[in-house]
Amino acid sequence: MGHYLTILASNIVVNNFVLTRFLGLCIFFGVSKSLNASIGIGMAVTSVMTLSSMLAWAVYHFVLAPFNLTFLTTVVFVLLIASFVQLLEMIIKKHAPTLYNMWGIYLLLIATNCIVFSVPLLNVENNNSFLDSAVTAVGAGLGFTLAIVLMASLREKLRLADVPKPLQGLGVAFILAGMLALAFLGFSGMIPV
Amino acid sequence: MKELWNIFKKGIIEENPIFVLALSLCPALAVTSSALNSLVMGLAVLFVITANNMVVSVTRKLVNPTVRVPVYITSVATIVTVVQLVLQAYLPALNKALGIYLALIVVFAIILARAEVFASKNKVIPSMFDGLGMGCGFALGLLLLGIIRELIGAGTLFGIKILGSWYNPALIMVLSPGAFILIGYMVAGFKMWINHSEKVKLERGEM
Repeated sequence: MGHYLTILASNIVVNNFVLTRFLGLCIFFGVSKSLNASIGIGMAVTSVMTLSSMLAWAVYHFVLAPFNLTFLTTVVFVLLIASFVQLLEMIIKKHAPTLYNMWGIYLLLIATNCIVFSVPLLNVENNNSFLDSAVTAVGAGLGFTLAIVLMASLREKLRLADVPKPLQGLGVAFILAGMLALAFLGFSGMIPV
Repeated sequence: MKELWNIFKKGIIEENPIFVLALSLCPALAVTSSALNSLVMGLAVLFVITANNMVVSVTRKLVNPTVRVPVYITSVATIVTVVQLVLQAYLPALNKALGIYLALIVVFAIILARAEVFASKNKVIPSMFDGLGMGCGFALGLLLLGIIRELIGAGTLFGIKILGSWYNPALIMVLSPGAFILIGYMVAGFKMWINHSEKVKLERGEM
């Protein structure tokens, strides 16, 4: 149990995927303008990432590794995840329309996103077991959610601030993310990776 | 010829993928902690985007528009795998340093965007120049970030000591917060520069 809690904590705060590994930045800056949207996309990313990590683990260990096709990992994973997200979208649209209305638009956005693609790759690279991979993905997703919710709250406050003209928009958002990353740096070294 | 030059030039300044379009930022921040890593990453992207633009342009009449995106993704992924294997074979140390970010070239928004916006509608040669321009813009952006971060953060350039022992390296520039803050100011700087040059052009036009 303690082992899994360590993996979770390590991926949520110590090695936060957005703020220390720079993954998922496109949606991090694109969607963090409103708090509601950022919670929605956080949940969507977490669930998609967990499911696709499990799927990718199975494909790697049962298909690619036994047949010595590991050099195809990149090609197979990107197609696998993109088509899996499409399938997920269709299923949710048919069976859970309310959920679809809440998250549906984000699903396509994350079909080929770096954070969703990188977690399965990292799991394979680190030789994680099936459960470890799933827990890593949950941790990474929760870490992403935490970062984007914090960022959205900050940006909502920022609307009232008097920002110099060239810095408006993306410029100040980056600097804000830098400050946030600085705060998260305080967690570093708490858990040996 | 002039037209090709314009296509090439556009990617470097006006539509610089990093500072103006703000696309594909993950690598721009992650690998630029040293100048050498930035250079290799930039060259890898330059190669992938040019090759992919050419492939997409050559096959643009064969591919059914409804399945074009999966086709683009497969093409990019194949080219990236080639780059990965070549680096693994000849520059294993760099391959290790770039790590996962090399594989992530597959999902760079900028590559798919150029395939969709430009290469799928234009002939091979203009598409090649579009890829070269965008790739060079990207590579130069990465290199600039890498040089600044390595110089301030470690006092070295491509691993060679530039600043003497009087300099106390500001470690934060090599760590993640420095990357975010630096790119924030760079985006603002680019914006000011573009606004200024547009103003100059407007004044000249009026005179």
